[in-house]
Amino acid sequence: MRYSGFRVIKEALTGHKGWTPAWRDPEPKPQYDIVIIGGGGHGLATAHYLASVYAQANVAVLEKGWIGGGNVGRNTTIIRSNYLLDGNEPFYEMSLKLWEGLEQDLNYNAMISQRGIMNLIHSDAQRDAFIRRGNAMILNGADAEYLDLPAIKREYPFLNFDDARFPIKGGLAQRRGGTVRHDAVAWGYARAADGRGVDIIQNCEVTGFRIENGVCKGVETSRGFIGAGKVGCAVAGSSGRLMAKADMRLPIESHVLQAFVSEGLKPVLPGVITFGAGHFYVSQSDKGGLVFGGDIDGYNSYAQRGNLPVVEDVCEGGMAIMPMIGRARLLRMWGGIMDMSMDGSPIIDRTHIEGLYFNGGWCYGGFKATPASGMCFAHLLARDAPHPNATAYRFDRFQTGHMIDEKGMGNQPNLH
Amino acid sequence: MIINHPLLGPRDSSEFVYLGDASLINRPDPDAEDRAQSFYEYGYLRINPAGMHRELWFHEAGDRSWLVVTRDTTTHEITSVEMARDVARAQGRSK
Amino acid sequence: MTQKNRLSGGQIDRTKPMKFMFDGRFHQGYQGDTLASALLANNVRLMGRSFKYHRPRGPLTAGSEEPNALVELRGGARQEPNTRATTAELFDGLVAKSQNRWPSLAFDAMAINDRLSNFLTAGFYYKTFMWPKAFWEKLYEPVIRKAAGLGSLSMKADPDEYDKGFRHCDLLIIGAGPAGLMAALTAGRAGAEVILADEDFSMGGRLNAETFSINNEVASDWAAAAVAELSSMTNVRLMTRTTVIGAFDHGIYGAVERVSDHLHTPDAGKPRQILWRIYTNKTMLCAGAIERPIAFDNNDRPGVMLASAMRSYANRWAVTPAQRVAIFTNNDDGHRTAMDLHAKGVKIAAVVDTRPDVALSDDYQVLRGAQVLDTKGRLGLTFAEVKLADGTERTLECGALGVSGGWNPNLHLTCHQRGRPTWDEALSAFVPGDNLPDGMHVAGAANGALSTHGALETGMKVARQALEIEGRAGKLPQAEDAPVKITPFWFVEGTTRGWLDQQNDVTVKDVKLSHQEGFRSVEHLKRYTTLGMATDQGKTSNMGGLAIMAELAGKTIEQTGTTIFRPPYTPVPIATFAGRIKGMEFHPTRLTPSHYWAKEQGAVFVEVGNWLRAQWFPRPGETHWRQSVDREVAATRASVGVCDCTTLGKIDVQGTDAADFLNKIYCNAFAKLPVGKTRYGLMLREDGIAMDDGTAGRLAEDHFVVTTTTANAAKVYQHMEFARQCLFPDMDVQLISTTEAWAQYAVAGPNSRKLLRKIVDAEFDISNEAFPFMACGNITVCGGLRARLFRISFSGELAFEIAVPARYGDALMRRLMKDGEEFNVTPYGTEALGVMRIEKGHAAGNELNGTTTALNLGMGRMVSKKKDSIGSVLSERPGLNADDALKLVGIKPLNKSDKVTAGGHLMNAQGPVDAAHDQGYVTSAAFSPSLDSMIGLAFLKSGEVRMGERLRLVSPVTDLTVEVEVVSAHFVDPEGERLRA
Repeated sequence: MRYSGFRVIKEALTGHKGWTPAWRDPEPKPQYDIVIIGGGGHGLATAHYLASVYAQANVAVLEKGWIGGGNVGRNTTIIRSNYLLDGNEPFYEMSLKLWEGLEQDLNYNAMISQRGIMNLIHSDAQRDAFIRRGNAMILNGADAEYLDLPAIKREYPFLNFDDARFPIKGGLAQRRGGTVRHDAVAWGYARAADGRGVDIIQNCEVTGFRIENGVCKGVETSRGFIGAGKVGCAVAGSSGRLMAKADMRLPIESHVLQAFVSEGLKPVLPGVITFGAGHFYVSQSDKGGLVFGGDIDGYNSYAQRGNLPVVEDVCEGGMAIMPMIGRARLLRMWGGIMDMSMDGSPIIDRTHIEGLYFNGGWCYGGFKATPASGMCFAHLLARDAPHPNATAYRFDRFQTGHMIDEKGMGNQPNLH
Repeated sequence: MIINHPLLGPRDSSEFVYLGDASLINRPDPDAEDRAQSFYEYGYLRINPAGMHRELWFHEAGDRSWLVVTRDTTTHEITSVEMARDVARAQGRSK
Repeated sequence: MTQKNRLSGGQIDRTKPMKFMFDGRFHQGYQGDTLASALLANNVRLMGRSFKYHRPRGPLTAGSEEPNALVELRGGARQEPNTRATTAELFDGLVAKSQNRWPSLAFDAMAINDRLSNFLTAGFYYKTFMWPKAFWEKLYEPVIRKAAGLGSLSMKADPDEYDKGFRHCDLLIIGAGPAGLMAALTAGRAGAEVILADEDFSMGGRLNAETFSINNEVASDWAAAAVAELSSMTNVRLMTRTTVIGAFDHGIYGAVERVSDHLHTPDAGKPRQILWRIYTNKTMLCAGAIERPIAFDNNDRPGVMLASAMRSYANRWAVTPAQRVAIFTNNDDGHRTAMDLHAKGVKIAAVVDTRPDVALSDDYQVLRGAQVLDTKGRLGLTFAEVKLADGTERTLECGALGVSGGWNPNLHLTCHQRGRPTWDEALSAFVPGDNLPDGMHVAGAANGALSTHGALETGMKVARQALEIEGRAGKLPQAEDAPVKITPFWFVEGTTRGWLDQQNDVTVKDVKLSHQEGFRSVEHLKRYTTLGMATDQGKTSNMGGLAIMAELAGKTIEQTGTTIFRPPYTPVPIATFAGRIKGMEFHPTRLTPSHYWAKEQGAVFVEVGNWLRAQWFPRPGETHWRQSVDREVAATRASVGVCDCTTLGKIDVQGTDAADFLNKIYCNAFAKLPVGKTRYGLMLREDGIAMDDGTAGRLAEDHFVVTTTTANAAKVYQHMEFARQCLFPDMDVQLISTTEAWAQYAVAGPNSRKLLRKIVDAEFDISNEAFPFMACGNITVCGGLRARLFRISFSGELAFEIAVPARYGDALMRRLMKDGEEFNVTPYGTEALGVMRIEKGHAAGNELNGTTTALNLGMGRMVSKKKDSIGSVLSERPGLNADDALKLVGIKPLNKSDKVTAGGHLMNAQGPVDAAHDQGYVTSAAFSPSLDSMIGLAFLKSGEVRMGERLRLVSPVTDLTVEVEVVSAHFVDPEGERLRA
C-alpha cells in the first residue's frame, strides 16, 4: 500500500478500514540466501538495500523481541556527518545523503529535519581542532561552517555568554545536520523491505550458529534452525553476547549510554547544540520535548539503565551552557547499550568464519549511520567485498595499526 | 553504585575512575616470539561478558588504589572487591 | 470572589484566605488548597487544553498523576511550564496561566484540529507531508512544531538556587499513607534509622481523603497522631514535599524535596528544590494505588474525573466540582464517592454501575448493569448519556462525573531496575513482580492490599521482615477491610472517540488502528500512538490501552505485558539535577600561586583545564593582544622573562626501583640517568601512541621528579599507578602527585642565570660549568628556603625552572620581579610561551593529539629497542610505520604577510584540493616576532624529506589558501647554542 496525503484523506472519509499492517508477520522459511540477525535500524536498512539495490530478496531479518526495540528506539535522533578522519567522513557523508532522500525512497515520513548542528568551541586548542575537522568535512564534499562569537550570539541568544566558566569562543556548524523521528526509521525500513519480499521475523532469538568445517550454514533460533547462505550480524550492544556463540572475542565493550527527554515545550531551540566544555548536547523534538544526553556511564553494562551521577553531570552541563532550561522538567531517562569499539569507529567486515559477517562497534554514532551502514553491509553481503566508503572498517585494523581514532583516546572504549 | 573498598569500606562509585577488563593486568611477555599477536589480543580483544565481569577501577578521589571489582554487567551487582596489586601478585606478576 | 463549590469541613485553613489569579482573573482559596481545588471551589473546571486536538480539559485527578490540568505557574524568569494544578500548593499572590491555546482558553483557534481529528489519527504524519520534498522543513514541520509543545519557557536564566544533599538510613519508606505510616511507626519504635518521604505537603495519603475511621478516630486524625509520634523520634526523619524519583544501583535513591515551591519566592538563602541522594539498606515502597478511568465517548470533558479524585476534593479540600454529580463505576469504590458527596450535601444524579448485581442505595439512584455512552457540554460537562441494562438510554444532568475503573498498584519504582510486574486476576491489575531492586519491599495498596486494614497490616509486617525485627508485634489499629469487588471493564464501545491518554489525545480508535496496522507489541503501541508518553507517563492511561490491545489480539493482559517504567517518577526540573552547578560554579577554578600577583598586573587570564593562567600581561598603550605577546617574547629572548608553569603535572617517584620503573613508563631510556640530571621523556600508551611528554629529573639515586603536561597530569598519574600496582606490583617505588605542593616558574632568557644568582643562596654554584644544560638539584633560595632547580628550556633560551613550596610562590614571583628590575625582567603568559615553543619546534597538546606516534613527532629513534617499555611492542605495527608517515615539520608562508591557520590542511602546490590529495595538517600556528612572520608546525606526509618544498595551506572553512614552504620545525637557534650558554 502506498502512503500519501490523498490516501490519508480517503481513509479518513471511509473509517480507516483500508489500512493494512505495515509489515507481514511471516513464519520463518527453512532456508534463506541471507539471514540478518537484528531487527534494529541497521539490520532492517541492510535488508531494504539488499532487496532494493542488490536484488537480493530471499532475505530474513531475525529479531529476538520486537523490531526497533534496541538502540534505534532509544537514541537522541541526531544525524550529521561532521567527522575528521578520512576513514569515517565519506561514510557518514554518504549516510547523510541517504537520509536526505530516505522518505521518498521508503514512502515513509521519518520527519528528517535538517535544522543544523552546532558544536560550540570554548578554547583556542578546540578551535584549531574544529577548524581542522571543518576543513576535512569540506575536503570530503560535506558542508561545514565556522561561526565566530558574534554569529553565535545572533543565532543562539539564549546561551550563557555572561558568566560562563568556559566562555563560548565560536562554533562549527553543519547546516545539513539535524534530527529524525527515530522509531519511524525502523518502521519505514521494515515496511519497505517487507514490501520487497524480505521476511521480518519477530520474537525469534538466535541461540547459536551452525558452523561446519569453518563455514556458517545458518542459525539455531528459538523458532528452530534457519539455514542461510550468508549470515549477517547487526545487533549493536548485544554484539559481544551474540558473537560469543561463534567463539569470537571482539574489539568491543558494551556500555550504557543514558538519554533524556523533557516535558513538551513550545519551540525554543533552532537545531542541535553541543556543549564543548562539558557533557551535554540537546535538540528539540517536533513534539516539543528537549532531547538531550551526554557521556556514557563508563562501566561495562548490558542493563539498559544508568545511574544518577551521569544524570547530574549532563544536567550540570545543560545549566552551564543554557541556564534558561532550568525550569523545564526532565520527564524520562533511559539507557541504551552501546557497542563501544577500541578506536571509536565501527566494523563492517567478514569474520574468520566463512559465511558469517559482522556489523557493529558503532559506539554512540550508530543512529546517524543507519542508512550507510545498511547500504555498506548489504554491499558486503551481496558482493563479498567492502563498499568503497567502508573499506577502513576492517577487523584487522587493530592488528595492523590502522586505527580510526577520531578522539585520540586509544584502546579504551569508554573514552570514545 | 557503591564499591566496597577493601581498605576504606563502602564508597560511592563517583570517587572512582573505570578502566576496563581486569585482564589488562595480564600484560604479555614483551620478549616472546609471538609478542605482536599477544599484545594485539591483550590490547584489543575483550570477552565483554553479559554477566560476571572482573574489572579495574581506580580510586582517584580516594587512596589511589587500583581495585579489581567483580560485577554483574546485567544487574550491576558487585560480589567482590580486591586490591589489584594483590590480584596481580597472585597471578605471578612481580617487577 | 465567591467559592460556590466549597463544602463544609476539610483540611483547609479557613482563617487563612489566599488571593490568586488564573488567566487574569482573581479568585480566592485557602491555605491547604491546591490550585486545582481552589479553582474548582470557584466553579472553574476548564483549566487546560490537550496536546493534539486542543480539547478543553479540567482535572482528571487530585494528584501527581494528572494529565490535563497543566498550567504555566508564576511569571518572568520563574515561569514554570506544565505545572500540575493538582499538586501546586496555593499561596497568596499565586499567578497562573493556561497554556497551549490561542487566543484564550475558552476560545482556542487550534481546536480546529479536533474537527480534523479523523485525518489526524495515530501515526498519520508518517504517511504524508512527503511531497514536495522541500515542503516538510519549509512548511509542514514549522507549523507542526509551533502547534506542538505545551507550555513555554521564559528564555531567561532561572534565578533560583538549587542544592544537593546526601542522606543515609536503615529503612527508606516511600509514601506516608496508612502502610507507610504504620511501617515508620514499627521501624521507628524498634530504633531503626528511618526516612519517611511523601510527595504531598501533608502526610497521610488516602487517609486524608477518606471518611474511614481507624481505632474509632477519623482516619486523618489518626494519621496526624502518627505523624506527631514519628516527629518525636530522633531516629525518624520525615520528608514532606519529597518525591522519591528513582531507584538506582546498590540502594541509592534519588529524591527531590520541593523546599520553596509553596512560597511566592524562596526565603533568603533557601534553595527552591534539593536533590537528595538517599543511601539505604532497605526500602519499603508504600506508594499506594492510582485509580484508573473507563474509556467512553467524550470522556474527557472538564468535569469528568476519577471518582477517587472527586472524593479527595470533597473530603480533604471541601470542594465539589459541581453541585450535581454522577458516578460511573465497575467496582465498589465508586459507591464510596457517591456516599461521601451525598453526605456533604451534593446532589447525586445517579451511580452508573456496569455490574448488574450490585446493591441499591436509599440515598441515591443506582443504575445497575448500565454504561455511560457519551457526554455533552462544550467547555464543561452538562449531560451524560447512559445506556441502561434494558438497552434504553437516559440523559443525566450533571456538572461532574466521577469514574472508577478499579485501582492500579503504584509500582513504578519496582520497575526501575527492569523488574516486571505480574498480573493479579482478583484485582484486575498488575502487582509488583518478584524481581525487585535489591533491598526493596512493597506494602499496602502498592502491593495490592487495597483496604485500610490491609495497608496497616502489611506496613507493620513488611517493616518487621525488612529490618528483621524480633519480638512481639505491637497491636494493629482497627480499620475497614472491605474486599475488592470488581468486574473488569475497560471501555464502552462507542461511535465517536473515547479517550485513553487524555494529554496526548490517544483514543480507543487509535489503539484499534495501531493493532490493524501491525503495531501490536506494547512498545510499538506506545511509540506509534504516543500512548503514555505525555508528562504523566501514562499513569492513568497505560492500563486501558493495554487491555484494549490484549482484547484485540486475543491475548490476556499478562501476555500483552507492560511497557517499562523509567525514572523519574514525576518530572524534575533540569536545574534540580544540576544543583549549585551553574555559571562560574560549573567546574572548580584552580588558581596558580602567582595568580593574585598577576591580577594586580592586569593580566588577561585563560582557562586551561580547570586552571586559570595568565595569557598575557598588557602594558599601558597596548591596544591589541599581539602587541603584548610580541613584547613578552622579544623581552624574554633579549634579556629575561618569567612564566608561572606550576600547572604542569608534577609526580614524585621514589624507591630503589624508581629508575627501572621510569624505564618502563618512558619509551626512552632512564636507568642510566645520573643524579643531578634531567632528561626529556616521551611516554607512550600501550597502543604505541604518544600519551604525554615532559621531563624527569633525578634528585637522588632513588628519587625522580617527573613533570607532565598540564592537560594530562591526572591521566598520567593514573597510568603510572596502574603500571605500579597492576603491572609491576613488586617494584619498590612510590608515587605521589605534587602538582599543588610546588610553585614552579620558568626563568628564561640570556639574563636568567644572572637573575637567579641574586636569589639562589650563595653556596649553590649555578654557573654553566657547575650547573649545565639539563642539570637539576635541591637548592635553597632567599636565605634558606628549600627549592628545586632544573636547567630546562621550553623557550629555547638559556632557561631554568625553579620550584619552591607553593605557599612561597607568590613571594618568589614578587622577588623575581623586584630583583629582575635591572634586567628589565618581563612576566610572560601562555601566549608568549606558546609562540616561543612553536619557534623552537617543541610539541605540545596540539601535536600530542592522541593519534601521533614517536615517529610522527620525529622521535622515532628515541623508542629504545634495548628495553621493554609500555607501548613499544604495539608501536611496531605496520600501520604506524608507513613509508609516508606524517612527520612534524615547520611551515612558513612564502609571502611574509600571509596568515597561517592551525587546522588548515596541506596540499601539493599543484593538483586537486580534496581529501584524496591531503598531505597533512597544521597543528599550531603563531606570529613569530623573531621571524617577523606567521609560522606553523604541521604533520606532513614524508615530511622529513620535503624540506624546502612549496605547498598550499588550505582552510576552506575559514576561506583561506596560502602558499607555504616546508622548513625545519626548529625556527629559532636550531643548533641549541642559546640554551647551552
